[in-house]
Amino acid sequence: MSYIKKPAVRHPSLQANALGLTVRDYEGAMSTLCAGCGHDSVTAAIVRAFHELDTPPHLIAKLSGIGCSSKTPTYFVSGAHGFNSAHGRMPAIVSGAAAANRELTYIGVSGDGDSLSIGLGQMAHAIRRNVNMLYVIENNGVYGLTKGQFSASADVGSKSKKGEANTQSPIDPIMLALSIGATFVARSFSGDKAALVPILKAGIRHKGLALVDVLSPCVTFNDHEGSTKSYTHTRKHQLPVIEADFVPRRSPIETSQAPGTVQTVTMHDGSVVRLHKVAADYDPTDREKAWSFLHARAAAGDIPVGLLYIDEKGTEMHAGNKTVAQPLSQVPFEQLCPGSAALEALQQHYR
Amino acid sequence: MDPTNVRKPDYFHKVVDCQWACPAHTNVPEYIRLIAQGRYTDAYLLNRESNVFPGVLGRTCDRPCEPACRRTRVEDKPVAICRLKRVAADLRDDVTALIPQAPKTKNGKRVACIGAGPASLAVANDLMPLGYSVTIFEKLSKAGGLMRSNIPSFRLPAKVLDDEIEMIVNLGVDVRYGAPVKSMKSLLAEGYDAVFVGSGAPRGKNLDIPGRYDSPRIHIGIDWLESVAFEHIEKIGEKVLIIGVGNTAMDCCRTSRRLGGKDVKVMARKPRKYFKASPWELEDAEEEQIEILINHEPVRFVIDDLVPGGKLVGMEFQRYESKEEGGKLVQKATDKIILPCDDVILAIGQEASFPWIERDLGIEMDKWDCPIVDKTTFQCSLPGVFFGGDAAWGPANIIWAVAHAHDAAISIHNHCNNIPLTDRPAHGMTLVSAKMGLHEWSYKNDYNSVGRAKMKHVDLVERFKSMKVEVEEGFDPEQTALEVARCLNCDIQTVFTEALCIECDACIDVCPLACLTIAPDGDEKTLRTRLTAPAMNLTQELYASAPLPQTKRLMLKDEDLCVHCGLCAERCPTAAWDMQKFDLFMPRAGAKT
Ligand SMILES: Cc1cc2nc3c(=O)[nH]c(=O)nc-3n(C[C@H](O)[C@H](O)[C@H](O)COP(=O)(O)OP(=O)(O)OC[C@H]3O[C@@H](n4cnc5c(N)ncnc54)[C@H](O)[C@@H]3O)c2cc1C
Ligand SMILES: Cc1ncc(C[n+]2csc(CCOP(=O)(O)OP(=O)(O)O)c2C)c(N)n1
Ligand code: SF4
Ligand code: SF4
Ligand code: SF4
Ligand SMILES: [Mg+2]
Repeated sequence: MSYIKKPAVRHPSLQANALGLTVRDYEGAMSTLCAGCGHDSVTAAIVRAFHELDTPPHLIAKLSGIGCSSKTPTYFVSGAHGFNSAHGRMPAIVSGAAAANRELTYIGVSGDGDSLSIGLGQMAHAIRRNVNMLYVIENNGVYGLTKGQFSASADVGSKSKKGEANTQSPIDPIMLALSIGATFVARSFSGDKAALVPILKAGIRHKGLALVDVLSPCVTFNDHEGSTKSYTHTRKHQLPVIEADFVPRRSPIETSQAPGTVQTVTMHDGSVVRLHKVAADYDPTDREKAWSFLHARAAAGDIPVGLLYIDEKGTEMHAGNKTVAQPLSQVPFEQLCPGSAALEALQQHYR
Repeated sequence: MDPTNVRKPDYFHKVVDCQWACPAHTNVPEYIRLIAQGRYTDAYLLNRESNVFPGVLGRTCDRPCEPACRRTRVEDKPVAICRLKRVAADLRDDVTALIPQAPKTKNGKRVACIGAGPASLAVANDLMPLGYSVTIFEKLSKAGGLMRSNIPSFRLPAKVLDDEIEMIVNLGVDVRYGAPVKSMKSLLAEGYDAVFVGSGAPRGKNLDIPGRYDSPRIHIGIDWLESVAFEHIEKIGEKVLIIGVGNTAMDCCRTSRRLGGKDVKVMARKPRKYFKASPWELEDAEEEQIEILINHEPVRFVIDDLVPGGKLVGMEFQRYESKEEGGKLVQKATDKIILPCDDVILAIGQEASFPWIERDLGIEMDKWDCPIVDKTTFQCSLPGVFFGGDAAWGPANIIWAVAHAHDAAISIHNHCNNIPLTDRPAHGMTLVSAKMGLHEWSYKNDYNSVGRAKMKHVDLVERFKSMKVEVEEGFDPEQTALEVARCLNCDIQTVFTEALCIECDACIDVCPLACLTIAPDGDEKTLRTRLTAPAMNLTQELYASAPLPQTKRLMLKDEDLCVHCGLCAERCPTAAWDMQKFDLFMPRAGAKT
């Protein structure tokens, strides 16, 4: 943490986006996390993603649970709506908010403890429901906020700061999400914004739940030798599988890459994700193949990164429920709640 | 790219833009911090070490530091560096006991200085504490050179000048007043170990057009100002024309206003953009209701011959229409006009002249009849004879005169001790961490967005009562308190230790001015394309690290816009970035090499 605020002076060459806002207008309060925390880098990537997508700050809702990671929504887009839920309960709150107002852009920020330990059930059901949101897990293998206990993502054999090894098998959010029907699954690293920012942008544009598992080292409790979630370990073992490029709607698309190595996926709003295959035989649109590839690589100790799976044809929560196009929050009360007579009639129908 | 060598003092010195731009390399940020702490005497002494005349310069300096000030890159106005210097000078205690004194035993070497301007005085200031016997020969009855004779007392009160000259003279300098040197040959014959020529550029340029010699009311600016300074002239006519628009012209017109001039016009041949005067001098003149007319070229003086002896009644000008074509000024003559006047003051420049230097002494002259002086040693072609100040390369300003003097003193000392003149003590530096605690620094690192303080001026009626009323009132305590907070502490350097960096990006993410980048190695040109934000100033070297431990990429810093907020160092988990206080060591004459 720092005592002074980041000075408001800015680089004269900062570009304004379509709304006339610079990247500095998407910042939040000063971080109070430990210096060097991966989460702060993820925050910086989120700031850039929203700026580059021209998202109006007041149409963003940022939600989180409890943890160092869950503190971070305070540190980006101060103009957005925000909600800090009870530990692990962010997915339920986003579900409710998204149900009531489908017009906002939802981002949920969570940790491996928040989402894979206490909140596992919450996360799983939000994925099944396919809530239209960007779901970021800032994954550091520990409960940072409570001083470094192993979380559910800690690998077997990974050592705590005091030298004890974890013995319980880890939950891999990527494998879990793929197995329960997630339509957008990605993994990235806080130390590689060039890869992370396009993934976040694609995730924001994705219709449905976009799960992004970001390896985000805890510099204080899990960045030592023997940890499999440290900066060094992640750098050494990350295996780029797919590199994503996000091309906004109506921008020219150059195709300089050799055919066959690039696959393009058009998103709902017309923007395009270009997927450069680093691993040649990988297909990010084939759930089964992706699953077996990732499973094999993880077993070999690699950390596959990139936009690992994408399905733009999935059914998002509102479509599944056939709700009206108008946000429910704007539908007049009389229409939303037709009254006890109508209820009586409905019940009568089922008797 | 090779890692930047930050161990050579120049690298970090350049980051302190004001100090780098100051000819005498005054440690500006440190004296501003001392003022902020109320340590005026310390601030004064620190100034004096470099610039010798802080009280004078705090009012009159040409302040090359201010346009260089980093603050202008993030906001339009620089820190009021110059007027803060005045605060230190005004509020200091007696420093007599705190400045270097001359030793009781002399070293037996005798040095003669010609002229008692800032150049010679500063030479004496450096040499006296080393035991030299210094004699200054001065043509006039008082010391100070143009600071005394030309800078008007409403800008520079005599008391301020007297005090600072006394500090030097009281070291035991033998000043001979009313003693013009008329022959270099006979001076050399007196057997001095070294001679320093600090005689300035005392000849005001003439304007030889019809009527020039037909009236006593046509004056040469610098001579006229000198006569005013010595109270030989106390009046001027109501209508005054000043020819020329440099700083001398500004002093002439403002002085005229105090001696009875009511309708004072400054006549310029070119449009405003081409004026030589500093913008603040122009502003001050215009505040005193002086009219500046552009596109007027003098043609002749209009003399009424019916009056016995001839009476100056006006001046004729050719008028022009000006426009710029391809960045060049193009002037087309239009009509002629006669402007009535009682007096005309010529302020079109000055030059050095050495009628008293015999041409057979071995002192080589150039095609302008000025001595050829070495830029580093300040020696002319005759060993043991040194030049500095306006006498060396023509009119400059006080701070340049002082800077020359420090260097000339080093040469004189070497010369007297049989050390080669080129064997000069090297610049050095120290870097000390400014870290005092987790979030505490030995300086105030927060950015204060307050605007530049506006100098208060005595009102017009009051100031025209006498030449002696100082126009500027100086900063009041509130203004000072805010102005010091505008300094960006450019001497508190960001210093990088690559071995410690874990490439977490925290420094890059937090930097408000996008100064930092981690990028794959390449040549400098390629690296510049990889910066977080494009470099605005290509003359600013990149600060490049050696390859980083984890990925072998490089940490890069573009110093240009850094506001020294220290956030990079504060957010760095390993202290790979640290804020360190840079101190330049500028050796003076007699320093150990
Ligand atoms: C009107 C005017 C206003 C100025 N205002 C400013 C200002 O605001 N700020 C600034 O920084 N600079 C200003 N300057 C410039 C500045 O005053 C000079 O650059 C500076 O004084 C030069 O110092 P010096 O020691 O080289 O010479 P000078 O100051 O010119 O001193 C030379 C001395 O040598 C004496 N002398 C000359 N010949 C002989 C001889 N043969 N024998 C004995 N003595 C001799 C002269 O009488 C004089 O006292 C101004 C100049 C003018 C003309
Ligand atoms: C219901 C409940 N149980 C336990 C806690 C204590 N607690 C606070 S944060 C946290 C774990 C956070 O871990 P993670 O989500 O990985 O966040 P990190 O700090 O690592 O970013 C726990 C267990 C709590 N706040 N509330
Ligand atoms: S404890 Fe760990 S997770 Fe929390 S701020 Fe510090 S480094 Fe980040
Ligand atoms: S001190 Fe560091 S964070 Fe602050 S502006 Fe300079 S480089 Fe950026
Ligand atoms: S904050 Fe420190 S450790 Fe992190 S990248 Fe910057 S210099 Fe390296
Ligand atoms: Mg965690």
